[in-house]
Amino acid sequence: MNAAPALHLSGRATIGGAPIFGPLSLTARAGKWTCLLGPSGVGKSTLLRLLGGLGDEVVFEGKVAADDGAPLDGRVAMMAQGDLLMPWLDAISNVTLGARLRGQPPQHDRARAVLERVGLAGHLAKRPHALSGGQRQRVALARTLVEDRPVVLLDEPFSALDARSRALMQDLAAELLAGRTVLHVTHDAAEAARLGHDVLLMTRRGITSIPPPQAPAPRRFDAPETLAFQARLLRLLMEAE
Amino acid sequence: MTATLRIVGVAALGLLVWQAVVTLAALPRFILPGPSLVFSTLWSSRALIAEHAAVTAIEVLVGLGLGAVLGFLSAILLAASPVARSFLRPMLVFSQAVPVFALAPILTLWLGYGLWSKVAMALLIIYFPVTSAFFDALMRTPQGWLELARVKNATPGRLLWRIRVPAALPGFGSGLRLAAVYAPIGAIIGEWVGASRGLGYLMLLANGRAKIDLMFAALIVLAVLTLLLHAAVDALCRRLWDA
Repeated sequence: MNAAPALHLSGRATIGGAPIFGPLSLTARAGKWTCLLGPSGVGKSTLLRLLGGLGDEVVFEGKVAADDGAPLDGRVAMMAQGDLLMPWLDAISNVTLGARLRGQPPQHDRARAVLERVGLAGHLAKRPHALSGGQRQRVALARTLVEDRPVVLLDEPFSALDARSRALMQDLAAELLAGRTVLHVTHDAAEAARLGHDVLLMTRRGITSIPPPQAPAPRRFDAPETLAFQARLLRLLMEAE
Repeated sequence: MTATLRIVGVAALGLLVWQAVVTLAALPRFILPGPSLVFSTLWSSRALIAEHAAVTAIEVLVGLGLGAVLGFLSAILLAASPVARSFLRPMLVFSQAVPVFALAPILTLWLGYGLWSKVAMALLIIYFPVTSAFFDALMRTPQGWLELARVKNATPGRLLWRIRVPAALPGFGSGLRLAAVYAPIGAIIGEWVGASRGLGYLMLLANGRAKIDLMFAALIVLAVLTLLLHAAVDALCRRLWDA
C-alpha cells in the first residue's frame, strides 16, 4: 500500500438548484479513522460520494483533494450500507471482481488470504444467499481490502447488522483498516464513539470537530468514557435541530 | 400440488359445461362437437395430428431459438451504445406498430411455403418482447453496483459483461417466457397464410371440410404443446438464473 494521504474537501453542493450542504470544510487526517456523524439528510453521503468520484447529479463548487497532490481516482475503496455482492458469484469471485472489471488477472491467493482474515475461510465457494447478513458484510470488507487502496470511504456499512455482528465488524474493520485514511459516515453516536480517531459533527451550519476520549480506538463499548462521549455526541445531535 | 388439482378441476368443469351445452342444445357436430367426440377423433387421427404437430414444433423451436439469440444481441447492442439506441429504438417500436399478420403473405412470397416463412413469422412476433424485456433489465442495473464498478475503475465493456448482463438475465428470462407463448401464434399465422403441413394448415383444412372435431383436436394439441414449451422454458430459466 502506498502512503495514505489526508483528504480535504471544501465547498458547497446543490442538486438541481436545491442546496445539499455547505459551504463547509472537512479534513480527514492521513492514516487515521475519521467518523462523520450527523442527522439524516444533512448531506453526509453526498460528501462521501464526491470524495469517491461519484455523484454526477451533484453540482459541487469547491475543492476535493488529497494532501499529496496526486489524484484520488484509483486510490479509493468504498463500502456501503448494502453489501452490494453479486448474487451470481461465490465469495471469492466477489472479492476478485475488481480485478476482473479492470481486465487484470484476479489474485486468488490474495483473495483467499483476505477472506481468511475476515474469518470466512470455510465459506470461499458460497454464494451470498448462503451467507448471513454479517458474513456478507465481511465479504464486502474483504472486497474492500483486497485491492489495498490507501483511502477507504465507509457509508454506514454496519448499520443493517444486529448489535452483536455490528460490534464484531467494527473491531474487525478497525484492525484491518488500520493505517489507511478512513472516512466513516454514520448516524450512530455509539459507533463514532468507539471507532473515531477524529469525530466530526456535520449539521446544516457546517462541520465541527468533537475531540473523542484518549483511549485508543476501537474503544470498549462499555467503558465509562466511551459511554459519556456517546451521550455527549447524542446531545449535540439532538441540539442540531 | 393444490395448484395442479385446481387446474385439473377447472378443466374438468369446463369439459362438463361444454358437453352439457352440446347435449342440451342438440348442436350438430359440424357446428360444435362435444368433448367426447373431439377426444375420440384426437385418438383415431393421432398419427395425422402428430405428423403435423412435429412440423409446427420445429418451426416454433427454430423461431424461438433464433428470436432469443437475435433479441439477446439486439438488447446488448442497444444497452451498450447510445447511438444505436437513438437510431434503433424508434424503429423497434415502429416494427410493433405494423400488424405482423399483414406481413405473413409477403413473407410467404419471399421465403416460400416451407419452414422459413413460419420461422420468420414466429421470430417477428417474439423479437420485440425478448429484446425489450432484456433491454429494460439491462438499463435498470442497481445504482450501487454501477458505483461500485466505477470506484473499482471498471472499463465500460467489462462492466457490461460482468455486471449488467448477468444482473439482467432474469429479465431476459421474462422475455423468453413470453416468447414461448407467442412463438406458436407466429408459426400458426404463417401456416394459415400458406403451407402444406403443420397444425395451422390442418386446422384450416379441417375447418374447410366441416371436420370441426378434427379442428378442435388439433387446437387442443397446439395448446398443450404451447403449455409444455412455456413450462420447459420456465424451468430452464429458473434453473439458470433464479436459484
